[in-house]
Amino acid sequence: MSDRGTYQPYSYYQLMETSLRELLVEKGLVTDAEVNEEVAAMRERQPERGARVVARAWMDDAFRQRLLENGTAACEELGLEIPALKLVVVENTTQVHNAIVCTLCSCYPRVLLGIPPDWYKSRNYRSRMVHEPRAVLEEFGLRIPQNVQIRVHDSTADMRYMVLPMRPKGTEGWDEARLAGIVSRDSMIGVAVPQVK
Amino acid sequence: MGGLPAGKVERTEHDYPEWERRVDAMVQLLRGSGKITVDELRKNIEALPPAAYDKLSYYEKWISSLTATLIQRGVITTDELGRKMQEVEKRGK
Amino acid sequence: MKPQFATDYPALDAKFDKGDRVRVRKAAPLGHIRTPFYIRGHVGEIERYCGAFPNPEELAQMRDGLPAQPLYRVRFKQKEVWPDYRGSDSDVLEVEIFQHWLEKA
Repeated sequence: MSDRGTYQPYSYYQLMETSLRELLVEKGLVTDAEVNEEVAAMRERQPERGARVVARAWMDDAFRQRLLENGTAACEELGLEIPALKLVVVENTTQVHNAIVCTLCSCYPRVLLGIPPDWYKSRNYRSRMVHEPRAVLEEFGLRIPQNVQIRVHDSTADMRYMVLPMRPKGTEGWDEARLAGIVSRDSMIGVAVPQVK
Repeated sequence: MGGLPAGKVERTEHDYPEWERRVDAMVQLLRGSGKITVDELRKNIEALPPAAYDKLSYYEKWISSLTATLIQRGVITTDELGRKMQEVEKRGK
Repeated sequence: MKPQFATDYPALDAKFDKGDRVRVRKAAPLGHIRTPFYIRGHVGEIERYCGAFPNPEELAQMRDGLPAQPLYRVRFKQKEVWPDYRGSDSDVLEVEIFQHWLEKA
């Protein structure tokens, strides 16, 4: 996948986007207002939303259990708007490290975490994460010991996955906001772990 | 795609320009109103010629697929699209 | 087996149980398919029943994909999937696969 810079000369595909949008508006299938609202809504969806869920799970064990049983219902408990998301949360432990990939396209819990990073959608990540997860994780700076099982989840269907990382040592007594602050997007994909800064 | 030989993961991230965000928005809106399914979109991306699959960016593939899907569904016609693209191009954006 | 996500489509019966050993069929038809190439022909274990969903192969062709097809999370041992796997013997891969791609192993 090519990386796109912030300025592009107007391309054939941009022409197609403008043209398609105008046709759809003319035909009453969408309105410009709806498109703008949806763009704004997507901008609001940032990994901080997932970080709140993780922090709550770290602080409240009953919530954690409910989160693992039904990720969608648990997020809704926190008032998060997650239309049609079938969320499965997988938990890292001292025995198991989870990581998420979508080899077929780029499935990702977007309505919770926002748009996935380019690398998640890249050919290299999608090809190698199922085949050599430990090598890929090392490239991300994460070495998982051999005695820890790596579970790679390939999202091929309607479920969307999020990793519940382990709560790091040195966070005793922290409040939820402070805990959420150390939960990175990458740790919820499984290519990083939360660090105490 | 899983298991194919591939290189290092380039950890690129880019700030999505507005037109790409609008493609994403149109996909979500049309899925929401039941005009298209994500399965048709995926099928049409898979149907892109291999060279296009590698050369086009993520949202270039999505706008191509969205447009193809809507043509297949009869929501727009090739002719309507062609005329509109000519009109927009003449207008200068 | 209770589905993780209940849906109310008319659905086929779920015929596999948690722990069942299943093989992914090794077919390569044309059309839109959500069973990855790399996992076809391999044997794994049913980890959970996800629920019954319309068949994406049919949805892709503008049909309704009904009756809904049972979907399972299947767990595979990495060392059994890749002859050259470099990692721990305990490492696993979990993939969601529709019932019609699975047979008892």
